[in-house]
Amino acid sequence: MIELFHFKKDIPFMKYGKVTTLISLGTFVFAVFFLLYRGLNLGVDFTGGTMIEVRYAQAAPIEHIRETLKGQGFPEVFVQNYGSTQDVLIRLPVEQGKSGAQVSEQVMKTLKAESPDVQLSRVEFVGPQVGQELYENGGLALLLVAAGIIIYLSFRFEWRFAVAATIANMHDVVIILGMFAFFQWQFDLTVLAGVLAILGYSVNESVVVFDRVRENIRKMRDTSIPDIIDNAITVTMSRTIITHTSTQIMVLAMFFFGGEALHNFALALTIGIMFGIYSSVLVASPLVLLFGLKREHLIPKENGIEGANPDGSVV
Amino acid sequence: MNRYPVWKYVMIAIILLIGIIYSIPNFFPSEPAVQISTKTEQPIEPAEMQRFEQALKDKSLSFHASENNGSQVLFRFADTDVQLKASEALKAVVGDKYVVALNLAQSTPQFLRALHANPMYLGLDLRGGVHFLMEVDMNAAKDKAYERYEDEFRDTLREAKVAYLGIAREGDQLVAKFKTEQERDAAAPVLGKVYVNNELIWDRKEQDGSYILAAAMSPQNLLNIEKFAIQQNITTLRKRVNELGVAEPVIQQQGKGRIVVQLPGVQDTVRAKEILGATATLEFRLVDDSGNDAQQAQSSGRAPIGLQLYKERDGTPILLKRKVMLTGEYITDASSGFDQNNQPSVNITLDGNGASRFSKATGENVQKLMAVVYIETKFQEVEVDGQKVRKPVKTEEVINVARIQEQLSKRFQITGLDSTKEARDLALLLRAGALAAPLYIVEERTIGPSMGKENIEKGFNSNIWGFVAVVIFMVVYYRVFGLISSISLGVNGFLLFAILSMIQATLTLPGMAAIALTLGMAIDANVLINERIREELRNGAVPQVAINAGYERAWGTILDSNLTNLIAGIALFMLGSGPVRGFAVVLCLGILTSMFSAVTVSRALTNLVYGYRKRLTDISI
Repeated sequence: MIELFHFKKDIPFMKYGKVTTLISLGTFVFAVFFLLYRGLNLGVDFTGGTMIEVRYAQAAPIEHIRETLKGQGFPEVFVQNYGSTQDVLIRLPVEQGKSGAQVSEQVMKTLKAESPDVQLSRVEFVGPQVGQELYENGGLALLLVAAGIIIYLSFRFEWRFAVAATIANMHDVVIILGMFAFFQWQFDLTVLAGVLAILGYSVNESVVVFDRVRENIRKMRDTSIPDIIDNAITVTMSRTIITHTSTQIMVLAMFFFGGEALHNFALALTIGIMFGIYSSVLVASPLVLLFGLKREHLIPKENGIEGANPDGSVV
Repeated sequence: MNRYPVWKYVMIAIILLIGIIYSIPNFFPSEPAVQISTKTEQPIEPAEMQRFEQALKDKSLSFHASENNGSQVLFRFADTDVQLKASEALKAVVGDKYVVALNLAQSTPQFLRALHANPMYLGLDLRGGVHFLMEVDMNAAKDKAYERYEDEFRDTLREAKVAYLGIAREGDQLVAKFKTEQERDAAAPVLGKVYVNNELIWDRKEQDGSYILAAAMSPQNLLNIEKFAIQQNITTLRKRVNELGVAEPVIQQQGKGRIVVQLPGVQDTVRAKEILGATATLEFRLVDDSGNDAQQAQSSGRAPIGLQLYKERDGTPILLKRKVMLTGEYITDASSGFDQNNQPSVNITLDGNGASRFSKATGENVQKLMAVVYIETKFQEVEVDGQKVRKPVKTEEVINVARIQEQLSKRFQITGLDSTKEARDLALLLRAGALAAPLYIVEERTIGPSMGKENIEKGFNSNIWGFVAVVIFMVVYYRVFGLISSISLGVNGFLLFAILSMIQATLTLPGMAAIALTLGMAIDANVLINERIREELRNGAVPQVAINAGYERAWGTILDSNLTNLIAGIALFMLGSGPVRGFAVVLCLGILTSMFSAVTVSRALTNLVYGYRKRLTDISI
């Protein structure tokens, strides 16, 4: 059998706990800094405004389009290529005294007058009110997921695990957002969906490790808690890598074949997957230790678990 | 220990069969088609059907199938080119009773359709079309209600012969002023009798020497008005969309005061927006005949009491009486045509109630001048204190002034329109009914048809290539168990597709991304199982025991991790809208199907491969 990740000895992850936590803290602060300093490059979904995608028969004269539209009373127009040289994306802020419908009509008229072969591929107009609501709902969803996960994990494990997993999780989300702020990639509804999906996905990772920790605590009676965690991480390492590779393969397929529309979505997922591995191993577990996990927290006094073997394991 | 009882295999086989039957319709390509639906209740006669077919034959447009289910005729064509030509040809001949629309018809075989196995709906981003989110202007609905109360107060008091000084709206109250306390106290029970069920909250007070009876709408009443405004608008929008000729439109309430309108296949968004958003209605009013100077009223900006200042098309001011003879609500039908001078006109038919009101009003005023006022509401964005606010802008125009020659009743004609197109649009708007309250577009998404096709390909390609790569990876790494995992992953895909088709979900590009993502994440369960089996083998367990222990022990972890995922999915569903919601539905269903396929289906396969061997010394993992 092919075994890429079989380790003879447990890797002493917890020894490096302080270092890795510091690294995490560093990236986290870095991400927060850019989120505050540069902010997210929000798409029209959240800011409101009009987005028009058009296709030309030949390579599109970007500069010319920009000048023409500026001359037509759209001073804040934003024009760029979108995917290919023929496709053009035009973004306009919410215009005073004009509905989105009027804006897109006027733009198309202007462009058609310049070159009749231009074709409208897509228009998105979002009113400022709706944009604000979508933004707020996104934030609310984030909090709701975090709360849901804390409640479920507290119930299935223990509060230390729940809080640690959630912090690790939020750490991933903040880093994704920070990257989007740093590179000024456009953040729209689809990307938000990706970020929220990562929330569920990344906590998986922590759950798998925690599950092993719980099992080990029952089986390995004479081992210290840090060693138990090291063992849990080491034995699940192979699964971690294989699973994430599979998911990443799918995400890469989206990245390469899904076109512009899924581009940033796939990007968000990729960052999420990378940091998901890191944070579940090197953030969540040290945090559990930091919170002072003890054997008693998981083994109820007396033989508490129903159907448990005499040694306390559950098979 | 690695054997399933027969019933379990049978159950899995049945589920697989159902999965295949219900997911397969999605793989039959849809065909361009033209659909003709009737506006009346009567079924489409075979003779009519022949007339349509003849129209196509005359233009030598060949269709390869046609069907008539009574209320709808469908012609299928080889390509969109013929489809467009056919739609034009049919529009020219069908007449007023039918609506012609472009459609994409499914080509699922009959035996599958008989099992209700239909393909998923394609979202607008996959088939092209327009999406509007419209907000209902609730304040306007409230204003309208107060206006109605105001008129009713006047009528009721006049009939009861109670004298009053004036009735006016003040903030959220309708205020009736009386000279004496006796008059007011006489008016209160008269009005109170009309409005039962506490729809108005009454208040009596004294102010500046006059006696006041104030009425405010009760919260319940306001709520009803909002509900009614939404429902009425949805009904009206539905009628208008039907007039536009759109196949499979979606018109739904979203949230408290919003309506989603999705028009697949519509490309002329300008016209769609004009028709959907406009609130055009007519009012008939008498022209002032007491010799007041309209010019003077215009320069002073104030109209004499009981009159209102309007403008005619050419800008000339005109004074009309405040009292409305008839509003557009009573119009049951309107069609465009030409008058005796060959000018564009609109022929109007009223309902019984409207007809009797109108004949009374015109009968009393024969030989007087009557004006037709055209009222259209559009929205404009203005800045108030740095905040962008949408304000309704009402355009009121006198389109026609004519002397009432005789008592008018159920049917009559209005003229004075600029063009035949205007006559047609006005007739359409009147026919489709007035909106209870103005609507404005707060979100619009238009996707061109070629873009839709590209998006399908993109979504499909990312799924297929991703899947192939995962299968190769799994088979190389886990060999026979990798193959088993891959088959269960494929089953997962089929089941997910089947459930989405069964609930007739709408497939969008984010939905396709969610399918790819769930497939990528679903493999986790199999990896967990396979890793566990390897570990048990390493610890010295014999293969059969290792397989069993691997499946048993991985189950708890799979459950935990999938449930946390499900929590995220449900939160997404609850708070997301539009594309995010579609994404969430796929994610949640995918998690459920993956638990079944990754555990039960893969276990069954493993059992079939290894469970019946007497002496198993080595497994390929």
